[in-house]
Amino acid sequence: MSDMTTSSSGWAPNANGARRRRMDRLATLLGMVAAGILVLVLTSILWTLLSRGITGLSAAAIMKPMGPPGSGGGLANAILGSLIQTFLALLIATPLGLGCGIYLSEYGNRQNRFASCVRFVSDVLMSVPSILVGLFVYQILVAPFGHFSAFAGSVALAILAVPIIVRTTEDMLRLVPIAMREAGAALGATRWRVTLFLCLRSAKTGVLTGILLALARVSGETAPLLFTSLGNQNWSFSLNRPMASLPVTIYQYAGASYEDWVQLAWAGALLVTMGVLAINIAVRLSARRG
Amino acid sequence: MTLAPARQPDKVSAPEYKEKRSSADTAFQAIVGGCSLVVLIALGGLVVLMGVGGQEAFRTFGLGFTFRDVWNPVTNDYGAWAPLFGTIVSTLIGVLIAMPLAFGTAFWLTAIAPPKIAAVVGTAVQLLAAVPSIIFGMWGFFTIVPFMARHVQPFMMHNFRHVPGISLLIHGAPFGTGLMTAGIVLAMMIAPFMTAVMRDVFGAMPGMLRESAYGLGATRWDVMWKVVVPWSRTGMIGATVLGMGRALGETMAVTFVIGNVTSVGWSLFAPRSTVASLIALQFPESPVGSLRLSSLLALGFILMLLSFASLSLARMLRKDGK
Repeated sequence: MSDMTTSSSGWAPNANGARRRRMDRLATLLGMVAAGILVLVLTSILWTLLSRGITGLSAAAIMKPMGPPGSGGGLANAILGSLIQTFLALLIATPLGLGCGIYLSEYGNRQNRFASCVRFVSDVLMSVPSILVGLFVYQILVAPFGHFSAFAGSVALAILAVPIIVRTTEDMLRLVPIAMREAGAALGATRWRVTLFLCLRSAKTGVLTGILLALARVSGETAPLLFTSLGNQNWSFSLNRPMASLPVTIYQYAGASYEDWVQLAWAGALLVTMGVLAINIAVRLSARRG
Repeated sequence: MTLAPARQPDKVSAPEYKEKRSSADTAFQAIVGGCSLVVLIALGGLVVLMGVGGQEAFRTFGLGFTFRDVWNPVTNDYGAWAPLFGTIVSTLIGVLIAMPLAFGTAFWLTAIAPPKIAAVVGTAVQLLAAVPSIIFGMWGFFTIVPFMARHVQPFMMHNFRHVPGISLLIHGAPFGTGLMTAGIVLAMMIAPFMTAVMRDVFGAMPGMLRESAYGLGATRWDVMWKVVVPWSRTGMIGATVLGMGRALGETMAVTFVIGNVTSVGWSLFAPRSTVASLIALQFPESPVGSLRLSSLLALGFILMLLSFASLSLARMLRKDGK
């Protein structure tokens, strides 16, 4: 407040009318340019993806597994690998994130040191560089076992997904009115029943949104997979072995000097982006309706 | 409430049910508490393992490892300064470009654009924030890099080659890759994110302040610059610091466009490397137990500290603002 009074002390609204209007117009113009640049960047990215990716995107690219350059390989195993690893990551992250979020909102009041500690750690995890998560999982799940594995990749993705789920779960549960909890308690429900069957149920949409956002964030991640699931040229369904994934394949193929690999990289990039944007749009639409 | 001040402090969100505390309740609390413990251990483990892994590098080169300007796998001699320099400078360039962009966009969206257009543009900006970083990397590599190599760098060389000071900054062959390109791509990545935070900060200001300024005859820019900005200054700095944290650890977008040469110098257009890109590129070829691997982990530890520091700063500012 003090800032406001000091900085506005020299300000008389009805003085310098023409100059202030000029400034206003200039600022409006610059603001519009800034917003325009961001929209232009999005358009440029989408246009680049579409114009370069659509040619490589064929039934063969989606149905056939990867292969050596010139052999007409596709992306099928990478797509499936991405789906498996992301799904497994959510399978690990969802119960963990929900549990942690419930703990923070139901038991984590201001006096609870442990809870504020966890809240801080979850915030840190949300902004930790994703490549460090990859290094971490490499050290605990890859190096001791001596081989890369899809499971390690899923764990790395799960570590990135958990803090997002924790944050949304806690926020959404805190929005549940106290009257609802009191009504449950008055009917004789125990606390865990109130939490799970009243609060969590009424916050369902918001919690689901958090899980979907985590899915969107995780499905485009490349860096944490580089040292954990590594990538694989062949079909592989074993969680105990390296598994291909779309982002890592894009990374490997985009820098290659073979024309067909680069084209596949663009097709993969188009697929990943469309998937991620589709999830985001769906979340936004459902949020608007709810 | 005032009669029993000692009893009411922590009952804000969840009333305590002392009477009906069954063993199922205890078990439930133990389960969700256990989940929290796992989250806590995950981060603790992350920090500790980075430190332990990098121990050998720190032992060999001392704490001076951080500021040694060598990265030579052939002679097995390592120091963190070159990648650290790249990380810091590219992040600074990114933040310097992204801040006015984000501020301008947030200003335009909250104060000027008609609601319908603002909704569309706002959605576009949020979608841009959701684009995976590897896509930014590819886009930068195939559009920004050629543009820098063919237009920006020749233009700079042609016009500023003989200006002392600036000639140092633009020195180098026009590869198109380098700190400047990385900074631009990073800016495009973090600007939408910063815009979203700034919009929230601006929106949190009581409407009364804005209305009374308008009532006194202020223009929209007057309101923005003399009412909204002073009111939300800490929030805006917090948004910037959060964006900075993202840029610090960004791997994929940077690896594509920075050129990946471990060197230090004045030129903003010469290829360099960052901590994250160096880890991504060299980790796969570093054998287990080697000094190189340890040095990479030590780099990771330093990066962790940097990102931790920026997040703590952002949180501190947010608390001050409230």
